[in-house]
Amino acid sequence: MFPVEKSIPVRTVYDDLTAIQSELDKCMHCGFCMAVCPVYKTTKTESGVARGKIGVAEAVMAGNLQIDDQDVVDMLFNCLVCKSCMQNCPTKVDFGRIILALRCAVVREKGLPWVKKAIFSTLEHQGVFDLGMKTGARLSGLLFRQAGQQAIAPRASLALLGKSAGFDQNRRLPALAKKPLRDRLPDVLPVENPVARVAFFTGCSFNYLYPEVGEDLVSVLQENNIAVVIPRDQGCCGVPVLVHGDIESIRRLGRKNIDAMDNSGVDYIVTGCGSCGGAWQHDYPEIFRQDPVYGPRAEFWRSRTYDISTLLTDVTGYRIPRGQVNAVLTYHDPCHLKKVMKVSREPRQILKNIPGVIFKEMARADACCGSGGSYVLTHFKTSVAIAERKINDVNHTDADTITTGCPACMMQLSDNVHRFGRRQKSGIIFLFLPNRTAKRKRRGYSNRLILPNAKVAATFTSLQRHWKEAKAF
Amino acid sequence: MLDEIIINQLQAIVGKDNVLIGSVNLTTYSYDATADVPHAMPEVIVMPTSTAQVRKVVQLAAWKSIAIYPRGAGTNLSGGTIPLDHGIVLSLQKMDQILEIDAENLTATVQPGVVIQDLNNAIAPFGLMYPPDPGTVTTATMGGSVAENSGGLRGLKYGVTKHYVMGMEVVLANGNSVRFGGKTVKNVTAYDFSSLFVGSEGTLGIIVEITCKLLPEPKFHKAMLAAFNIMEDAGKTVSDIIKAQVIPATLEIMDNMTIRTVEDFAHVGLPTDAAALLLIEVDGMAELVVAQEADAVIRIVEENHGSLHIANSDEERDNLWSARRAALPALASLNNTVVLEDATVPRSRVTDMLLALAEIGRKYRLVLGTFGHAGDGNLHPTILADKYNADEMSRVHQAVEEIFATALKLGGTLSGEHGIGIAKMRFLGNEIGDSGLELMQAIKNALDPTHMLNPGKLIPREEKTHVSR
Repeated sequence: MFPVEKSIPVRTVYDDLTAIQSELDKCMHCGFCMAVCPVYKTTKTESGVARGKIGVAEAVMAGNLQIDDQDVVDMLFNCLVCKSCMQNCPTKVDFGRIILALRCAVVREKGLPWVKKAIFSTLEHQGVFDLGMKTGARLSGLLFRQAGQQAIAPRASLALLGKSAGFDQNRRLPALAKKPLRDRLPDVLPVENPVARVAFFTGCSFNYLYPEVGEDLVSVLQENNIAVVIPRDQGCCGVPVLVHGDIESIRRLGRKNIDAMDNSGVDYIVTGCGSCGGAWQHDYPEIFRQDPVYGPRAEFWRSRTYDISTLLTDVTGYRIPRGQVNAVLTYHDPCHLKKVMKVSREPRQILKNIPGVIFKEMARADACCGSGGSYVLTHFKTSVAIAERKINDVNHTDADTITTGCPACMMQLSDNVHRFGRRQKSGIIFLFLPNRTAKRKRRGYSNRLILPNAKVAATFTSLQRHWKEAKAF
Repeated sequence: MLDEIIINQLQAIVGKDNVLIGSVNLTTYSYDATADVPHAMPEVIVMPTSTAQVRKVVQLAAWKSIAIYPRGAGTNLSGGTIPLDHGIVLSLQKMDQILEIDAENLTATVQPGVVIQDLNNAIAPFGLMYPPDPGTVTTATMGGSVAENSGGLRGLKYGVTKHYVMGMEVVLANGNSVRFGGKTVKNVTAYDFSSLFVGSEGTLGIIVEITCKLLPEPKFHKAMLAAFNIMEDAGKTVSDIIKAQVIPATLEIMDNMTIRTVEDFAHVGLPTDAAALLLIEVDGMAELVVAQEADAVIRIVEENHGSLHIANSDEERDNLWSARRAALPALASLNNTVVLEDATVPRSRVTDMLLALAEIGRKYRLVLGTFGHAGDGNLHPTILADKYNADEMSRVHQAVEEIFATALKLGGTLSGEHGIGIAKMRFLGNEIGDSGLELMQAIKNALDPTHMLNPGKLIPREEKTHVSR
């Protein structure tokens, strides 16, 4: 394979903040972003919304504010990077690029805080990350108690410690998988006369948190006559590190993933997570644009990466399940799936075609759920306030089940349906579960929720404190 | 920065979380949606959650002679919320409760921070609407909209904000609050205070509650797009429609510059060689009446050599509307600075104004496109310029001056819906004369003798009353 050292570092807005000026100039300051910004709707402050952040960015560019000013840094990290503002922007300001460019500039100025550096470097060393996750899974019995069928909650003493971080006894988290998805599945899952060969880019959430959902995705693909390959050397997509301004780490992760996919000999890459899919469709082509080695290869995969729902509805065609699911469903549009990958019709098409399903559209189905990856950790109160609005919208439908197409949204909705939900089932179901349950009733992984236990909560809280000091920084 | 004692007192009044300080917050309240006006940083932002808090903040500010800049969502286009004298920005966005929807009396009572669209969403289940619909309907607040007397796309048939405000509670500069008007359709008690405070741009008092009139939502509508090869035909169509006693809900115009830009931007299939387009929508409660009005419009368009595209479904109607909605963003995408004016003329002079605007663009070598509300004479000449080019910006300023002079010459007004703020203050005397300015100042001095409320806006300053900080 191409040695990493030979690829040439490229200059993007993430490497050079001055390149962002023309994007800032596109903003008319009309404030349309206020109508959809989840943070602004909670805080009602200008520094919450894109227009305000652009105003501050202009002051930084003009030299009136410093990028490493703690208030500036705090403001920059109080954003979910959900890209809702971009959907409503009349002049199509690419705010996603602006905010990440600013965060990268902060990191250049201040360096990554040690706790982030430690976590991010683990991500790059798949073996270490894997070991950590598996150890975590073994320890979880000590640290969490079960809530519901397989959910765990923090033991009382420890929960107290974590309360400020929202890590209280009511917090429902998915249990870490004892055996990650990529250890469960063989490298190749052949089918007879395949209509396509695809590589499943599993992403971290399916691998470590929702492996059963990952298994379901694979079997849905197989049932639709699609051969699936699970490239061994794939890792984290890198979006979680890019949103913290770590451009170098996503470049390294991206190269590794491109190498893994290049070697897999497939027609398409399939993702089940909008952030992962967005990395392939947008971030890799952009960050490798001027890289003579990885640029063309990133470009090659850009148009060959699909969310599983698009692959099935638009590329290969799919079989409508014969079994019946009697459920009243609603669907939450994950931000990166709808706003980055532009996938919103396809999941609805699939759900509505399941026999027995009554589909109820909720108001503002594409409003952010407040998860935003680590945002829920650093800004728990705001995150829950955003989720409350989402669950209220769900409550106004008479749906008994919430479906979504993103593992991170699943986690956030599962946690908050316990707080604010009315009559939905305790769990949140990934898009294709109804399809699967139609065929065989399996253990509901939607109940595989845990509540944090004592020691975990304590460790978590201390980790979180460091993370917040980063604030990050 | 205000001294710590005052900040502490403000925190005691509204709570620590509702007092914003620090350079980031101050920067984010130094502007509004207006291009090409000076920016200024406040010393503190205060977000009250009740009328009692507003009164206490005003009393404190009066005692310490601190300027107060009331603010809604800051989507205004006249520089009306920029804190020129620093002081306190009083953001009313957290007073965002709909206090009552009275479907029997067709009224709603709201706090100032309610977003207009949120009110519309809340009354829709009753089959009602709040007709004023500025372009910023999804973000602008009721308080800001009332203070600026904003207009919108339905102005021709349904009027503007001032036609829908029935009563108010206002906190005055002395800290007292006063209520007037109410739910009765007829109310001739005392002066017509609602009319005084609607459009007062935050210079006379702080609006803390509004009772507004609602209307039944029209059940039927018909939208169409008419293209004209010469501007005069489009203008004559506008006046012929009114002459035929048809009042469309919407009668919008776009000039050729705008048409071409929208088409480049949004690819909606507009005829790029047309001199002007009219977007016309008639509506009403009876299908037959709407159909008859639509027929009359169609006949008039054809008589004036226009070619028609009629929307036969909601989807087609949305498509027509998307062209109009794309006008501003499309023009704005041409350069980094958008100077959007709202000069307004009697509707019989719309053609004259459009031709004059095109000439002004040529004369000053500027990219100038015009769209707007032809039916009510409210046009939006929009100049796209490069803020980094001093020579071009000076030509922009000359052009703006000439635009206003032309509007006044044609019997029009400086502002149809954006207000005066700081952007048009220097032209005010040209429209209302010295005696008008004196009247403005007399009222200001009576209600706000120290010029504490939104100083530097709407009313040219008198040195002797200038709040100096």
